[in-house]
Amino acid sequence: MDLRFTPEESAFREEVRHFIRENLPADIRERMRLGYPPRKQDTITWQRILNRKGWAAISWPKEWGGPGWNAIQRMIFLEENLSAPAPELLSFNITMIGPVLLQFGTEEQKRRFLPRAANLDDWWCQGFSEPGAGSDLASLKTRAVREGDHYVVNGQKIWTSTAHNADWCFCLVRTDLKAAKRQEGISFLLIDMKTPGVEVRPIISIDGSHHLNEVFFTDVKVPVENLVGEENRGWSVAKFLLGNERTGIARLGRSKERVRFAKQVAREVRMNGRPLIEDRAFRTRVAQLEVDMKALEITQMRVVSAYEKARDGKPDPLSSVLKIKGTELLQNTSELAMDVGGPQAMPVWQQELSQLANEPAIGPEWAPQMAPAYLMLRAASIYGGTNEIQKNILTKAVLGL
Amino acid sequence: MDFDLTEDQRLLTESVNRLLADQYAFEQRKAMLKTQEGWSTRLWAQYAELGFLGLPFAEEFGGFGAGPVEVMLLMQAFGRHLVLEPYLATVVLGGTALRLAGSAAQQGEILPGVAAGTTKLAFAHYERQSRYDMTDVLTTATPRDGGFVLEGAKSVVLHGDSAEKLIVSARTAGGRDEAQGISLFLVDGDVKGVVRRGYTLRDGTRAAEISLSEVRVSRDDLLGEQDNALPVIERVVEAGIAATAGEVVGAMEAMQAMTLDYLKTRQQFGRPIGENQALQHRAAEMLVALEQGRSMAMLATMMVEEQDAAERARNISMAKVGVGQSGRFVSQNAIQLHGGIGMTEEYAVGHFFRRVMVIEHMFGDTAWHLDRLADQVD
Repeated sequence: MDLRFTPEESAFREEVRHFIRENLPADIRERMRLGYPPRKQDTITWQRILNRKGWAAISWPKEWGGPGWNAIQRMIFLEENLSAPAPELLSFNITMIGPVLLQFGTEEQKRRFLPRAANLDDWWCQGFSEPGAGSDLASLKTRAVREGDHYVVNGQKIWTSTAHNADWCFCLVRTDLKAAKRQEGISFLLIDMKTPGVEVRPIISIDGSHHLNEVFFTDVKVPVENLVGEENRGWSVAKFLLGNERTGIARLGRSKERVRFAKQVAREVRMNGRPLIEDRAFRTRVAQLEVDMKALEITQMRVVSAYEKARDGKPDPLSSVLKIKGTELLQNTSELAMDVGGPQAMPVWQQELSQLANEPAIGPEWAPQMAPAYLMLRAASIYGGTNEIQKNILTKAVLGL
Repeated sequence: MDFDLTEDQRLLTESVNRLLADQYAFEQRKAMLKTQEGWSTRLWAQYAELGFLGLPFAEEFGGFGAGPVEVMLLMQAFGRHLVLEPYLATVVLGGTALRLAGSAAQQGEILPGVAAGTTKLAFAHYERQSRYDMTDVLTTATPRDGGFVLEGAKSVVLHGDSAEKLIVSARTAGGRDEAQGISLFLVDGDVKGVVRRGYTLRDGTRAAEISLSEVRVSRDDLLGEQDNALPVIERVVEAGIAATAGEVVGAMEAMQAMTLDYLKTRQQFGRPIGENQALQHRAAEMLVALEQGRSMAMLATMMVEEQDAAERARNISMAKVGVGQSGRFVSQNAIQLHGGIGMTEEYAVGHFFRRVMVIEHMFGDTAWHLDRLADQVD
């Protein structure tokens, strides 16, 4: 047993860190550091830089543009990328539709979609949740009826992240209303977002941003060659997608980066006449977060190591521990950063004040972004299977209750 | 990065598990608690035969040259069965002090007896006023006739009542809270001037209050460098934290297993209580805490022999906090999910609860270590 990284693993970390330092555009890094979510173009720019290096499709086989890394290398890369901080790889492309097509796609589908997904020439979104189908995904109602060489899709998706940016949507639709079990009549379709009848309506979230959408399908014609896997067997595709390697799910690099950032800016603000960084309560809070991050880091190493050893591609139920603790830490670290900002974290800066020419900032430049980051991360324990669903998974898969 | 056990480590785990499954059932343990020693001298001899007692010592001193991972595996098994024998006091605490500070002659004189099960050690460092502060030593050692005279008192000395050899810290220089000026001495447990009042702790393990008045020791009994024992004391405490972290993981495993079993069998409202989601989620949260605690116990184990003292201390403090918090969560909820039966002396879960509680208050509690980490935030 050895928790230390091997010299090769440490050298790999150095290589990744060096590449990111040399190649991440300064303006993107600065926006990320100040707490802004990456702009659409930031995500595209960075993923293309990585793809040129062969580092975008991190879990794909080499023949499809993957770097040939093992799970430990992927973990190291993801952590370095997040703590840079750099925009994340678009997960819809890299960890969702890519692996799905590699597993279930036809040769034609792979050739058509994979290279473009890796290079973010196509931006994908996920059409799973519906108004009546959240955690209970199998109750989805969006209908697809086969008519000759295409399906006609009608229905509604909701909480569709970045649908307004997307070129394509991978979608769960109901193709058989008479199936004995709800899970059996579902199919997995690829829908071009430019098809007539697709309408995207924004949902503004509590952080004031437009990230989420409703997507309406009205008589949308989808060619049958865009079916992935067999008709009515889409549930197993979805299960594969949701259970696919989830070791990056803790997003620990981001939490670490936020704590580093909070400590740094805590030197600039005051508490009872002294720099906040000298305040006992603040220091204890940071110490507790660092303890929690350390525990999660090692748990993550254990899960990744077991995944690498098993080589069966099956999800480790313990990845639910990573999801639960990882998202709690994302939330707690963003809360810390917001609290450092204090009252100056409260103004809605960009919408009004930034339009006033020559108006000096109300407080530190970083402060206004701390509240929306905190607000947005309330979603972390909801998306990707709510943390309560994760506890259900642990209950059944590990505890056998 | 590697989480695999070696073949030898697997065999060690099997051997201790087999022995304890056979010898350490709840009722058997209860009988041991009632003996005069409060633990099993017969099993102690068996541990010696199986090589457990010499595990971390060099072969020349009758040991097996094993490391912290082996100790962790053993302690984890001890935790699962609430082992009462003085392994922590003798092999981990006393053994570490001797290994790190003992001369070849001192190690040669004492360690073979430890490995053979004939010599038990106790680490008599903390005092009544010191709580967890390692530099708060008021016991004095004054030079006289080429040796020293010890004067003072030690508090809650684990297995201090039965140890043949005490490792006593005392001031040879400096005042209260000063890092410099502390020395360690080997003191026979039955020497003139040593008065030991033995008692049981809340978990049934033994400890003692030890007073030292006009205790004469020779210069050869000085363990390590005069005035400069603090680094050794810190490492002994760190080894204790790592070992008990493993023990707490074992205890949490046992409580988790008992609780799951109970959730599956206890019927209320015509069905097993484990069908209630409120209880399922609590059990899932216990699992999360257990796994996070397990990770931290691994961290402590890997750090015991880290050469960078600051790095070692910091990580071991993190582990103590993490394991302490996990242990509290798992043990408190183990009782809660059992309901009334969990409160009874005749049911095992409360005994595990008390062991975890006692361990949390050794070597610096959660608040003490968190405070130390808060000092280091930069």
